[in-house]
Amino acid sequence: MEIIEEKKNKTKKYKPILDRIPDWPVYQLSQNRKEFIEEVTCKAIERIHELRPLYTKLIEDLQTSALREQNRIKRNRWRVDPKDDSQFWLTVKNELAELNAQYTAAVHPQVDEILKRIVHRYASEIAGNFKPNSYRFASSVIKFWFARLLNGARVKKFGAFFRNKYSLRDKIHIVGKVRMIRNLARKGTVVMVPTHFSNLDSILIGWVIHAMGLPAFIYGAGLNLFNIKILAYFMNSLGAYKVDRRKKNLPYLETLKMYSNLAIQKGAHSLFFPGGRRSRSGMLEKELKLGLLSTAIEAQRSLYNSEAKPRKIFVVPVSLNYHFVLEAPDLIEDYLQVKGKNRYFPEEDKYGSFQMIKFLIKFFGNRSNISVSIGPGLDVMGNYVDEEGNSLDAHGRIIDTKDYFMNSGEITVDRQREDEYTRMLSHRIVSEFHKINRVFASHLVSFIAFEMWQKKYHQLDLFNLLRLPEEDLEIDYEEFKTVFKRLRTQVYLMKEKGKINYASHLKGQTNLVISRGIDNVGVFHLNRPVLKNKKGNIITKDLSLLYYYHNRLVGYGLEQFI
Amino acid sequence: MALSNLSEQPVGVIGAGHFGTVISNMLAQNRKVLLYARSLEDVIRINKSREHLGYAIHERVEVINDMARLAQECEVIFPIVPSQHFRAMMKNLAPHLHPYHMLIHGTKGFDITLPGGQTIETVQQLDRSVVKTMSEVIQEESVAVRIGCLAGPNLSRELALRQPAATVVASHFNEVIQTGKRLLKSDRFQVYENSDIVGVEIAGVLKNIIAIASGALSGLGFGENAKGLLISRGAVEMVYLGRALGGDTKAFLGVAGIGDLVTTCNSPMSRNFTVGYRLAKGEKLKDIIEDMKEVAEGINTVRIAKKCADHYKVRALITDRLYKVLFEGLTVEEALEFLMRYPLNVDIDFI
Repeated sequence: MEIIEEKKNKTKKYKPILDRIPDWPVYQLSQNRKEFIEEVTCKAIERIHELRPLYTKLIEDLQTSALREQNRIKRNRWRVDPKDDSQFWLTVKNELAELNAQYTAAVHPQVDEILKRIVHRYASEIAGNFKPNSYRFASSVIKFWFARLLNGARVKKFGAFFRNKYSLRDKIHIVGKVRMIRNLARKGTVVMVPTHFSNLDSILIGWVIHAMGLPAFIYGAGLNLFNIKILAYFMNSLGAYKVDRRKKNLPYLETLKMYSNLAIQKGAHSLFFPGGRRSRSGMLEKELKLGLLSTAIEAQRSLYNSEAKPRKIFVVPVSLNYHFVLEAPDLIEDYLQVKGKNRYFPEEDKYGSFQMIKFLIKFFGNRSNISVSIGPGLDVMGNYVDEEGNSLDAHGRIIDTKDYFMNSGEITVDRQREDEYTRMLSHRIVSEFHKINRVFASHLVSFIAFEMWQKKYHQLDLFNLLRLPEEDLEIDYEEFKTVFKRLRTQVYLMKEKGKINYASHLKGQTNLVISRGIDNVGVFHLNRPVLKNKKGNIITKDLSLLYYYHNRLVGYGLEQFI
Repeated sequence: MALSNLSEQPVGVIGAGHFGTVISNMLAQNRKVLLYARSLEDVIRINKSREHLGYAIHERVEVINDMARLAQECEVIFPIVPSQHFRAMMKNLAPHLHPYHMLIHGTKGFDITLPGGQTIETVQQLDRSVVKTMSEVIQEESVAVRIGCLAGPNLSRELALRQPAATVVASHFNEVIQTGKRLLKSDRFQVYENSDIVGVEIAGVLKNIIAIASGALSGLGFGENAKGLLISRGAVEMVYLGRALGGDTKAFLGVAGIGDLVTTCNSPMSRNFTVGYRLAKGEKLKDIIEDMKEVAEGINTVRIAKKCADHYKVRALITDRLYKVLFEGLTVEEALEFLMRYPLNVDIDFI
């Protein structure tokens, strides 16, 4: 199987914007880790009291939390969970039951104590632990071994293993507003919000931040990733904090948001995946989780409220574009199951350290590249900003973000208003995701093949379509090519209108681009989503997987041109 | 503290039509008001005579012709101009607006932006990408985000006489609703809250269709049974259409929905009603329009709603027949006959 090389990419080397690690906000945060956890605990407790002014209601909420935690421990226990988890929650539950039984105002201090114990435990669990030495070590390890893998696999000569012909920069294209994000990171605090398709994203984006010369970001990584030891090591050293999606109780959510809020206020550049989890369907995120997103807005308002020269917060959407997503078969399986039956399934990762390394070897040995598109900087209201960080309205007039928080000449705290702002920001981010999404040949090929079959069997619903025997599915190559040309023209037109972006390899001779797409799409899956048969016609070995890769281009209205 | 600040600031109103003038007078009961009028002659004349369209102008209302000053001095602005001028007005206002401004509009109509040279009739389809409510126009044209709207049974003449009435202030933002309430509420004017701004706006727009039909029934000389039938079936049609256009059912059952609908269908004074009435008397649409000074929003609404109903595949019989009467030469009697014979037997199926 010959994979056609993409155009030589131009990812440059960027100098770090802050040379000394001790100058990095994330370092300062971890230096004062203990104090920071205390501060988070204090402020989160304040917020919880604000949300639950009545102690009876608060006790009720804590009891629910304890019950849910016990339930989680029983049903969905992970390797990273602390050993004393069940003991801790049992104690909490019993103490609460007692307080509830003999409730008078006199028990308030005891309730406060329990609340503090819970919040402090959560804050300590969430808090990242950035260490400069392991950061340096981790990044050099990543660089060294990735280079070995790349060179060893690409140049098939003895000794190539130790050459440095290729580096990660050949593998991962960084495109878009890199200069801008570097500028903004100097002038203010950057909150990066990438699309999320694969567990690899977390590491990849860490490297990308490093490669752009930015100081390490703190980032919200799913606690489940810390089950995989090798990932846990890298993520800890890259500055990750932990987000546990199993915990949906009030104290946990408020603690997590306060952690993010305060870290951003302290100027730590941060990153979280606003979709909340990997896209199951392969579609770009349509709905974002509003919790962490709201912390950017709240942090900005707090800064305006408390500082004479407040740092501005910039939201930068990022899109990660792959030809191939390791977990695609499981993700789409989940998606279809849920969509089909709406039944609960526990979240599990089938990939341990070994699978991860195996995947990395495959990935780096192959010429299938990844591209990362850095979107334009936005203020916390989703307005575009210029290179200087000024917010602009639709007509290019400079506006003051502070004004969004003003009423009658003063900054006011209005949570309902900020909830609404969060919703507006999330819509803006989703729309930017669609604009910076980079179409690969493999995406377009998958989209077209699937849509052509869907059109042919339009009387079938999705589930019946996916159940068709693969032998029945064959598209005449010439027919496919005609449609491909037509849709590619549409993609070009859409790019001119700023609605989408495409990789340079999409241009060029049609036959070549189609084979490039076919050869790359889901290249390591056991069953290839699209391939050509002996007659040269288009067939599939796994229609569900094809559906997954096809979904990347859903939402643009391209299907009308099939 | 914030309150006392706000109470010293004047409130802005844009548009010196009937409703704009009456709202200015109502606001002036607790606050200084800057009323923007488009024509300079009007400004001079009103400030001098203290009278406009038959209304005495409250002493705390100052009529001006300067958008910049309006935006500069007023944090809360009530734009009340006809829907077909609304976007142009916003383009003039937008350069002076800041994100702290609150805009609570009182315009009941749709805005449509069609590709060059196209009309509602020639364009292939009408959907929500080109049909906008006024709050959406504000959002598209300016940096203002704290947007609200006023809707309800608010006949200007009755409000001017301080007869009891109510309105809905709708907004996604609680602070906008509370501000609107504080500014408007009086012992003769009740203010209700709603967070479904688009639903409330659409209800206010669509009821104009039914108002024309109501005028037509009157013109044919029919009485209250016929009107009851029209209003109830009209309300159902509004819900269907409204939901297709992005509103929530509830908005249509409230003050801005049923409330406004009943009022408008019973008011021979209203422009929409008059259009229907005169059509039924056999006059031509062209002649009726020429006679009217202010626009009957309902005529455009029928054109837009008909096209949208086609696109979203909503059954909107009244709208559809009315369209045929207005633009395709069907007589009111024929339309009525069709509706009475239509084999429709489900009363309510949307709750």
